[in-house]
Amino acid sequence: MASSIRIKTKTRDNITTVRAILRHPMETGFRVSEESGELVPAHFIKLVTVKHNDKIVLSCDWSRAVSKNPYLSFMFEGAKSGDKLELSWIDTQDKSDTFETLIE
Amino acid sequence: MLRRDILKCLLSGSFILSGLLKPIIALARWNQTAFDATDFNNAINSYFPDQHFSETDKIKISVHPVIENGAVVPVKINTDLLKPESITIFVDKNPTPLIANFDLFPGCLGFISTRIKMEQPSNIIVVVKANGKFFTTKTFVEVHEGGCS
Repeated sequence: MASSIRIKTKTRDNITTVRAILRHPMETGFRVSEESGELVPAHFIKLVTVKHNDKIVLSCDWSRAVSKNPYLSFMFEGAKSGDKLELSWIDTQDKSDTFETLIE
Repeated sequence: MLRRDILKCLLSGSFILSGLLKPIIALARWNQTAFDATDFNNAINSYFPDQHFSETDKIKISVHPVIENGAVVPVKINTDLLKPESITIFVDKNPTPLIANFDLFPGCLGFISTRIKMEQPSNIIVVVKANGKFFTTKTFVEVHEGGCS
């Protein structure tokens, strides 16, 4: 299966901008399914960790109110083109995914 | 042959262990009480117990003032406070007002961009921890169609 994580990076003047999209339903637990007419149980990403060369640069705690297929962008200093960047997430069902890319 | 088997056994054992421990350790810090709070004051006080928040103009929340569809509200936060350590987003009228927290490690700029859900017209309240102190600002957003269901 294709990764649930897509990452784009851009480095200029020693500052790297990271933009990521994670594929996830981010169910609030308040939505009624159109097919069954029943509440869809809450199911959302709780934690996101981003590492630059194995060192954490950003760590996120999320609620059900982050939009479906979450978008995340942030900036940090000190990375070079070709450095490793790894993003991982864990959701409320203890499912997880990790994706590694090279910084551009 | 025997040695290799023992080694294999040990290795697989440690893999299972590390695989199990990682999510448990990671999830331990997720603040269940604050994330489950249904009232803004309870949410902010459980997330930041006994803290004082100074209002500041050094946090900028970029968001459209009128939102048609509350399911996708793009929010950008910039701060020029020195040594930003975390950015936390609340929506005071959401069913669960604590939306997201971002811990910024050394090297991070005071910037986060994301998309959130809003159920009704509300204030977006942002708390930034910078150099050990807490700062806050808020902005009101009109929401036409709620996005939490």
